[in-house]
Amino acid sequence: MKITLNVWRQQNAQSSGRFETYVASNVSEHMSFLEMLDVVNTDLVKAGKEPIAFDHDCREGVCGSCGIVIGGRAHGPNRAIATCQLHMRTFRDGDTITLEPWRAKAFPVIKDLMVDRTAMDRIMQAGGYVSVKTGGVPDGNAIPIPKHVADEAMDAAACIGCGACVAACPNGSAMLFVAAKVSQLALLPQGQVERTERVLKMVKQMDDEGFGNCSNNYACEAECPKEVSVTHIARLNREYLRANLVKEEQKESAGGA
Amino acid sequence: MNQLTAFVQSSVGKKIFMSLTGLFLCSFLLVHLVGNLTLLKNDGGAAFDAYSHFMSTNGAIRVLEVGLVLGFLVHICAGLLVWWQNRQARPTKYETYRLKDTTPWASRNTIVTGSIVLIFLVVHLQTFVGGLRFTENPPSAYALVASAFSSGWYSAFYVVALVLLGYHLRHGFQAAFQTLGLRNKRYGGLLDAIGVLFWLIVPIGFAILPVYFYFFHNVSDATMALGGI
Ligand code: HEM
Ligand code: SF4
Ligand code: FES
Repeated sequence: MKITLNVWRQQNAQSSGRFETYVASNVSEHMSFLEMLDVVNTDLVKAGKEPIAFDHDCREGVCGSCGIVIGGRAHGPNRAIATCQLHMRTFRDGDTITLEPWRAKAFPVIKDLMVDRTAMDRIMQAGGYVSVKTGGVPDGNAIPIPKHVADEAMDAAACIGCGACVAACPNGSAMLFVAAKVSQLALLPQGQVERTERVLKMVKQMDDEGFGNCSNNYACEAECPKEVSVTHIARLNREYLRANLVKEEQKESAGGA
Repeated sequence: MNQLTAFVQSSVGKKIFMSLTGLFLCSFLLVHLVGNLTLLKNDGGAAFDAYSHFMSTNGAIRVLEVGLVLGFLVHICAGLLVWWQNRQARPTKYETYRLKDTTPWASRNTIVTGSIVLIFLVVHLQTFVGGLRFTENPPSAYALVASAFSSGWYSAFYVVALVLLGYHLRHGFQAAFQTLGLRNKRYGGLLDAIGVLFWLIVPIGFAILPVYFYFFHNVSDATMALGGI
């Protein structure tokens, strides 16, 4: 099949980018989307041109590295897949596809289709961790957790940190990502020690990074490759409200330390 | 105090203020609707005039009125702030952006529906609060309603604004519960069902009035009561 690509090319964060058009004339419908880009890039290199830069690593939907806005949809038009899991059979012979990087103030473009997602790492550093005791390895099932709670936490933990929620959101909001992390840890006994501080710090960091405010559009859920549900955002809101109500008390019991 | 400031400035905090004021405005709509439906009683406006008189003289209502004005102000200011900040969060727009595929119209256009509701509000207050409280020798409330809705344009504007209010609520009602953290898998369906009732029935209830007065009400009675316009 023949595919025309309209690709965002940008040298670095400082330069201004533009769209360039490439024609891939020998595409197999069995190729993955990234394999198709590999072929285009090989041709570009052969022609002495700069290949299109894009992020990828595992190519099986588990690492969260890949991410392109394909024809106006984060990770392409299909549900519950990352860009690397998209196949060319989704498209038709003769299609023109526009490729753009994740667009958000908090995600500056590094080059072409690659963006800097360290804002999400800084949110994790702000509170996405738990306290553990050093010493011997604890027994796997030493702490009983009800099955439905474990399931819910597992659904949140499925988040691979790809940033598609931010890219899809009309407000460039990172709420689904932050909600997944807060929710996962708030549900589990291991996450209770930092429960109050965590949500306050992570939301603060999210706001400081320049992500937008959630306006309950739910575009994030529709594009999330791991189908993280917006009910986790409701839990984040609840956690945030709760943290603001209980925090004072905690300070006192900490003896002003 | 520090914590309160941080809460108000945070993204989640602002939205919690929006949802609380939004739900407060929803409760006002419901009360207002029930009061207005007395217009349909076939008693020459006695019930509605009594309701209107009660509303403009009762002390508790006057206190609530201050709350209502504050509620509107907080909701509108927070709404505009959130909308403005959200525009900043994506400085470079997408060349192609198929948000339509994943989100409902009502959710994408709260600022549009909200702003039209605001324009409606100003016109509405000018006609009815202006016409009753800030006029010498005001007509009876019933007569004023009847004369306002004898104009086709005015009635049509009402109906259009109410349709947009319906869309505002279609998004807003469920969103408020999401923002307050009250939506979950268990109650989500129930909330949606109540939401549908709310965003459909409230605007339809209000819209019945201009339609009724324009098409079915004897206009000459009203103009006579007003002393002829
Ligand atoms: C009777 C009048 C109104 C009612 C009952 C109402 C109700 C609501 C509710 C319940 C929400 C959802 C809050 C949330 O997402 O948690 C909302 C959102 C919103 N309202 Fe209103 N509203 C009214 C008037 C207005 C007006 C006059 C404006 C003027 C600008 C406005 C602007 C907005 C905006 C922009 C949002 C979305 C905020 C966001 O981005 O999430 N509303 N409204
Ligand atoms: S919530 Fe979904 S879309 Fe957002 S970062 Fe995690 S996996 Fe990606
Ligand atoms: S490359 Fe790892 S998720 Fe796509």
